[in-house]
Amino acid sequence: MKPFAYERAADADAAVAAAAGGATYLGGGTNLVDLMKLGVETPERLVDVSRLPHDAIEELPGGGVRIGAAVRNSDLAVHPGVRERYPVLAQALLAGASGQLRNLATVGGNLLQRTRCPYFQDVTKPCNKRRPGSGCPAREGEHRNLAILGHSEHCVATHPSDLAVALTALSATVEVQGTAGTRTLSMPGFHRLPGDEPHRDTNLAPGDLITAIELAPSDAAANSRYRKVRERASYSFAVISVATAVSIRDGVVEECAIALGGVAHVPWRASEAEAALRGRPPTHASFEAAAEAELARAEPLRDNAYKVPLTRNVLVNTLTELCA
Amino acid sequence: MTEIALRINGEEHRLVVDVRSTLLDMLRENVGLTGAKKGCDHGQCGACTILLDGRRANACLALAVAHDGAELVTVEGLAAGDALHPLQVAFVEHDAFQCGYCTPGQLCSAVGMLAEAEADGVALDAAEIRERMSGNLCRCGAYPNIVAAIVEVAP
Repeated sequence: MKPFAYERAADADAAVAAAAGGATYLGGGTNLVDLMKLGVETPERLVDVSRLPHDAIEELPGGGVRIGAAVRNSDLAVHPGVRERYPVLAQALLAGASGQLRNLATVGGNLLQRTRCPYFQDVTKPCNKRRPGSGCPAREGEHRNLAILGHSEHCVATHPSDLAVALTALSATVEVQGTAGTRTLSMPGFHRLPGDEPHRDTNLAPGDLITAIELAPSDAAANSRYRKVRERASYSFAVISVATAVSIRDGVVEECAIALGGVAHVPWRASEAEAALRGRPPTHASFEAAAEAELARAEPLRDNAYKVPLTRNVLVNTLTELCA
Repeated sequence: MTEIALRINGEEHRLVVDVRSTLLDMLRENVGLTGAKKGCDHGQCGACTILLDGRRANACLALAVAHDGAELVTVEGLAAGDALHPLQVAFVEHDAFQCGYCTPGQLCSAVGMLAEAEADGVALDAAEIRERMSGNLCRCGAYPNIVAAIVEVAP
C-alpha cells in the first residue's frame, strides 16, 4: 500500500474542506482499504469521517426515516421501524456482504462502493473506469457477471451495492454537504450510467460529503421485498437482484416501484415495468408483461444473455409472492 | 508513524504504528498476538475476525489509526484463564476443525454472532447459523461440525 497522510475530521465542515483540497473520505473502509491494497486507489491523504455525528436513525414526523451516513449497515438492518415499514431495505442489507463486514461498513460508503468488475480491480489490465481512455477488455473478455442494460462501449461494469437497489426502489433522497452548502440528490439520479465518462460513478462533485439518506413515507414500502440471486447461498455479490414495493387497491396495482441490481452501472429503476404494471390486475400475465416491457431494452453481451430470463423470472416470482 | 492507544484482551497498549497498518498486521506484528489469521487479507475469508468494541469485524480491512481508543478482543482473549470459552469447548467436543487456520476467526465470529442474535431476538437454528456465519470460510469444509458446535452453545 502506498503511504498516505491520515487525519480525523473534527466536523463536517473540516471534512469537506479537506476533501475539496484533494483528500479522500474514509468511512468503514471495507471497500477503500481493499482497493488501496490492490493499488486501485492511491490516495495521498485520507480524511476519516466515520466518527462524525451522522450516526443516528431518526423517525420523521409524518412517517419518513432519516438515516445518518455513518450508520453501520448492521444497525440499519435491525432497526425496528425500518424492518416494519421498509422491509426491502432491511432485506437488501442482510443480503449483502457478511455479518462482520456489515458491522464496519457505513451507509454512505455503501453507495460509493466501486464495481467488482475483475478488470477494474486488476491494475495490470486496461480499464476506462480506473484509467480513462485505456480501454475496456470486459466487452470481449470476462463479462458473465456484468451489465445487460445501459452500458456503453466504454464500460460494461455493474454497481455492486444491494442497499442502493432498495434505496432506488424507495426513491430515497441523499443529503450532501459540499463546498457551497447542503443540497439533495434523488435516487435514481445519484449514480450515473457509464456513457463516455465511466470513471464517474456518481453525480457528486469534488468535496461532496454524504451526510444522510431520507426515505419518504410510503404505503407500498411496507409491502416490499428484496430478492437476490448469487452463485452461492450467501456472502456473494448479486448475479441479479430485484427490489420491489407494491400496493393494491380495488383489485389493481396502485403504486409500484421496481429496481434491479447486478444488471447495470447504476441500481436500475425499472420505470417501463412500473408503467406497464400500474392500474393492471396483479396477475401472472401482468407481471410477465411488466418484466418483458423492461427487458425489451436489454442489450446482453456475448456471455451474459442468461441474465435476461433470470431477471424476468425473479421479477415475476417476486411480484407474485408480494401480491399473493 | 502514529501513536495509538488500544485496550486489547483487557490490557492497555500504547503502540506506534505505520499509518498503513491494519488492526490485523498490528496485532500480529506489533503486539505479538498471532491468533487472528491472515487468510485472504481482502475481507473475503473471515480468518482475521476479531471483536472490535464488542462487535465482530474483519481486522484486515480496518486501519489501526482509524480505531485509536478501541477495545479489541482476539481469540487469545476468549478464555478466562485456563477455563475455555463455552464455544471453544464445543469446538473441541465437536471436532469443529481440521487444519485449524480458520478457527480463531470462526470463534470470534460466533461470539459476535450469538450476541447479535440475542440483541435481535432471533432464534438460531442450523440454517440461520449458516447464514450468519457465512463470512467465515473453512477450506477444510468442517462446516457441519462448526454448525453443530455453535448449535450446542446457542440458547
